[in-house]
Amino acid sequence: MSAQVMTHQMPGPGRLRKMMTNQRFYRAITGILVFIILWEVGARSEQWAGFAFPWIGLVPPPTAVLGAWSTVFVESSYWMSWLQSFGRVLAGFTAAVLLGVPLGLAMAVSRTFNGLAFPTFEVLRPIPPLAWVPAAIIFWPTQEMAIAFVTFLGAFYTIVINVVGGAKSIDIRYFQAAQSMGSNGADIFRRIILPGVMPSIFLGAAVGMGITWEVVVAAEMISGGGSQIGGTAGGGLGFFIWNSYLGGSYELIVVGMISIGIAGYLCSSTIRKTGTWATPWKRLR
Amino acid sequence: MSAVMNRNTQPSKYGATRGAIQIKNVDKIYDPEGAAVKAVDNCTLDIPAGEICMVVGPSGCGKTTLLNAIAGFHSITSGEITLDGELLCGPGKPQAEPGSDRVVVFQNGALFPWKTNLENVAFGPIVQGKMSKKEAYEKARSLMADAGLGRSERNYPGEISSGVRRRVEIVRALMNDPAVLLLDEPYRALDSLTKSVMHESLLETYYKNKVTIFFITHDLEEAIFLGHRVVIMTSRPCRPKKILEVDIPHPRDYNALTSTRFRELMDETMDAVHEEAVKAFEAGEKEG
Repeated sequence: MSAQVMTHQMPGPGRLRKMMTNQRFYRAITGILVFIILWEVGARSEQWAGFAFPWIGLVPPPTAVLGAWSTVFVESSYWMSWLQSFGRVLAGFTAAVLLGVPLGLAMAVSRTFNGLAFPTFEVLRPIPPLAWVPAAIIFWPTQEMAIAFVTFLGAFYTIVINVVGGAKSIDIRYFQAAQSMGSNGADIFRRIILPGVMPSIFLGAAVGMGITWEVVVAAEMISGGGSQIGGTAGGGLGFFIWNSYLGGSYELIVVGMISIGIAGYLCSSTIRKTGTWATPWKRLR
Repeated sequence: MSAVMNRNTQPSKYGATRGAIQIKNVDKIYDPEGAAVKAVDNCTLDIPAGEICMVVGPSGCGKTTLLNAIAGFHSITSGEITLDGELLCGPGKPQAEPGSDRVVVFQNGALFPWKTNLENVAFGPIVQGKMSKKEAYEKARSLMADAGLGRSERNYPGEISSGVRRRVEIVRALMNDPAVLLLDEPYRALDSLTKSVMHESLLETYYKNKVTIFFITHDLEEAIFLGHRVVIMTSRPCRPKKILEVDIPHPRDYNALTSTRFRELMDETMDAVHEEAVKAFEAGEKEG
């Protein structure tokens, strides 16, 4: 009993205290620590055990990665790479949402429009965004626009498909109930279809954001050369990795990879948070 | 129009001035890819204003088809349906317009999950432009408070029990001041204890607002407990097989369930219902 009282009196803001007493939090920490320790041991196997473990033995150990990270951490060029990749992701993603959501809604609402647009859409959709890279470089005036375009494609199809699917899966009873209470077409669109597809929009956006990061990194590796890290053309985290590879700095390759992991996590958790805010009825209270 | 006005001045034997439904020789044939399936066959039924009319039949017998025709969700093949003397659907107009004079409460509930219970209840008058948002919320609040639902106002439908959801949905329907409530097995998914609470609360609501209730169920006990009349339908195609006048006086409470008269009425109708259930079972009708 007294022990319970003690935990309740732990200092700190409510959320932090909740986190500190949460079993899942400790599991996550334990998992990450075990992963890092195994990685360190594996990476130093040649040094410590006399022979390199396969695969992991060739990877730089976390302590070395941390060392390399601390050197680039204070360099503006490293942060410039972040900024460039973020800019491209945001540009492509925003365009994908602005065009994809209305297109998806139009395809869901109008049978005529769906009949006209769907076949073309379905033929273009399976083309991987990266297959567009050469064409994009040719028909966009700048390389920057080409990368943003390819990034846009990564999120666009997923968002459209999710919006169409989301609108089609709205239970017919909601439409009937709305009609039965005297709603006209505009009411049904605004009060039933829009909120009904909202969860699917955010689901599509979250998945699309993931693809966006995949695509931007690959596009930067392919077309980002021509200047050093931090140059105005090219650059970005993808090019950071590629450049580190060309320069033979394996630690920095891993730094770049982890940076992308963190960047992607930040983006998707932002979308998740926005989604929870925009669809309060999905929250379990 | 004047005929309608005359009707309105003369309250029915249930004390209601509107909501009389006449179903005349209605047929409904579903014909997907030429395989004509007769769901409703020459169905005639006269429901006076303010009656609680319980429609009982095996699952999949076609009773929902009839309800959908009144609501305006589906067309009919022939015959006609009128509400207070005005044609809903009939010759030259196979499908009725859905309207707030006939509000449907669905089998699994259709409260909008993205609106709070209060917003759900206020929905009808707002979209119809009959009330300002403020007025609608005020009326919704008072109706919910009357029904003992005041505490659930700010909750989303997903946060309350299915029994409470059904009650909110009935209040939402009544908010539209309908002449007819169309209930499609609204309590089907509820356990029997919750159901009996629902039944009493529905009757209580009915005593306050005398609307015609067209209530579909396959639960005979529910039908006799609630209804003025119980219409037993034949298995597909659907047509009234037997109409039972329930002479247990209203207002009723759960004590009616144990009365001798209630048991007698159950005995009287059980055979008819059972016979149709067996027919439906043998025909291999699927649930629904």
